[in-house]
Amino acid sequence: MIRFIVRRLLQLIPTLFGLSILLFIWLRRLPGGPETAILGERGTPELRAQIRKNLGLDEPLLIQYGRFMKRMLKLDLGTSISTKREVMTEFLERFPGTVELTITAMIIAIGVGIPLGYLAARRRGSFLDSASVGGSLIGICVPVFFLAYVLKAIFSENLQLFPSSGRQDPTLGATRITNFFVLDGLMTREWDAALDALWHLILPGIALASIPLAIIVRITRASVLEVLSEDYVRTAQSKGLNERTIRGRHILRNAMLPIVTVIGLLTGGLLSGAVLTETVFAFSGIGAFLYEAISNRDYPVLMGFIMIIAVFYVLVNLLVDVSYSLIDPRVRVR
Amino acid sequence: MPLLDVKDLSVTFARRGQRTVRAVDGVSFSVEAGEVVGLVGESGCGKSVTSLALMGLLPKQRGVTIGGSAMFGDTDLLKTDERTMRDIRGRDVAMIFQDPLSSLNPVIPIGIQVTEVLTRHRGLTGAKATAEATDLLNRVGIPDPTRRLKEYPHQLSGGMRQRALIAMAVACAPKLLIADEPTTALDVTIQAQILELLRGLVRDSGTALVMITHDLGVVAGMCDTVNVLYAGRVVESARRKPLFADPRHPYTTGLLGSVPRLDAGKGERLHAIRGSVRDVLPWPDGCAFAPRCDRRVDACVGEPPALVEGVHRHAYRCVNPESRTVEVPS
Repeated sequence: MIRFIVRRLLQLIPTLFGLSILLFIWLRRLPGGPETAILGERGTPELRAQIRKNLGLDEPLLIQYGRFMKRMLKLDLGTSISTKREVMTEFLERFPGTVELTITAMIIAIGVGIPLGYLAARRRGSFLDSASVGGSLIGICVPVFFLAYVLKAIFSENLQLFPSSGRQDPTLGATRITNFFVLDGLMTREWDAALDALWHLILPGIALASIPLAIIVRITRASVLEVLSEDYVRTAQSKGLNERTIRGRHILRNAMLPIVTVIGLLTGGLLSGAVLTETVFAFSGIGAFLYEAISNRDYPVLMGFIMIIAVFYVLVNLLVDVSYSLIDPRVRVR
Repeated sequence: MPLLDVKDLSVTFARRGQRTVRAVDGVSFSVEAGEVVGLVGESGCGKSVTSLALMGLLPKQRGVTIGGSAMFGDTDLLKTDERTMRDIRGRDVAMIFQDPLSSLNPVIPIGIQVTEVLTRHRGLTGAKATAEATDLLNRVGIPDPTRRLKEYPHQLSGGMRQRALIAMAVACAPKLLIADEPTTALDVTIQAQILELLRGLVRDSGTALVMITHDLGVVAGMCDTVNVLYAGRVVESARRKPLFADPRHPYTTGLLGSVPRLDAGKGERLHAIRGSVRDVLPWPDGCAFAPRCDRRVDACVGEPPALVEGVHRHAYRCVNPESRTVEVPS
């Protein structure tokens, strides 16, 4: 098991190397450059050349890439062109927000999705079944930003139940340690700050959960239906076991593999930021910042952020692979 | 009073847009305490549906109708509520299934699958349950039970898996055991071992056994009483000896004739019943076996033949029964 994990972590190195080359080429091939973003339409050719020279963009690609790699090896991601701050600092400030949002959304999606999918399968053909299948179709179809606006209009503007924007009430003057606001609040025992941060997560969390929820409901339903027709479920029933044992030990445990797979993929996807949801709720995660960076051709930010997100994506999926072997002894890794 | 008295059991499956299927059509038989009763027939004759109906394991959904009665002591297994059935299943009536690999949960160690029955019905937990499970595996002839308890079904051989399933079934010393083709998925040599094991368990514990099979060799070796099923009805029922010595229903003789025999004459062809179990005349229109029967007469069609009771509780459902004597296969 340990060897498997180590091997997978070592595989990260060539993956990241390949990704860095692809990213580097792809970003430089985008039309325009940081100088256009800085100067706008009216910059003179001389000024543009000057800026390119200052940023080191006039040198051959290979040399630029070499310089980038050299810095990367020292875990130095460079400085943002537009904010003039360290890329790592920007990342550490924003990524915790995205992680908190992702965790909230996945807790909602899993907590509602698995029970709902299970019940739909057990009561196949019932109203609940049709409702959850139909509802999940709507969940996939409704654009997230639309749902976000509707939630915001109803629950924060009309009913005033939830805050409409931001990650925390700035007037609380909460102490920052990790930039995970909820965690910070718990660590510093500033309970009101933790609760307030949590409160800010609910609406964007629901909006972001809609698509993963719909997918998890459907996968769970399909997977449970398949397991229900297995002989060992009948064996479990023939032993007179109670419903809870049959559900947990014999049905859900066996139905878990495909569900865990999509949960991993969905979580990885959410970690790369949610531009629309973040924008609607003025939530400072990496999504909106990355979007800005693309329009500003902020090469260091794009390279750095995407590389780190890739690492997390691989880690989440490694976690999925490890959990496979915990769920099913037949896929136990060597 | 018999241990289990099944009267007029019928199971129909109705689906919208399709014609209703009567899988079991008025089956009656009884099982005395400690007796081994065979339910014999081809695939599709209603054997497995009968056993699932008795266990209360048929899907509870629209379109599935169960009729008749199955008295087990004072309770009617067909009309008992699910909660009571849960208490009966595994404790008083247990079942062994056909395919041991698919009948075991692949992701749970054998040990838990054995102890969960002990916990549910006998309240044993922890070390006590493990000790009892070890003892059970020992009794069903699984070597090195302590190690096997920690293993998963895919790590066991086919015979071993069936032994484990049998261990789970006999864990609470049930009064009645239903075995649905317990040897079909196994090698011939393993089959004999499993049958020997079942015979021993029944003998030692006094558990009654309903043996569902299509294999007359199994019947000859184990059963005290035999019920031959065809298209959802009992067509012949008798004690083992008279059935083999003096089969009356042409279907029974057909089944007996299609058993390969080592002492058959050289060049003698194996007898086969012509047609398939799907060439069925609906019972209300006459004898369901008539389309495949060599002894068919005009009286076979028109109305269903009644069950004729002969000597020594030998009953058969035929208007033109056989009377020749057939040797008992050893």
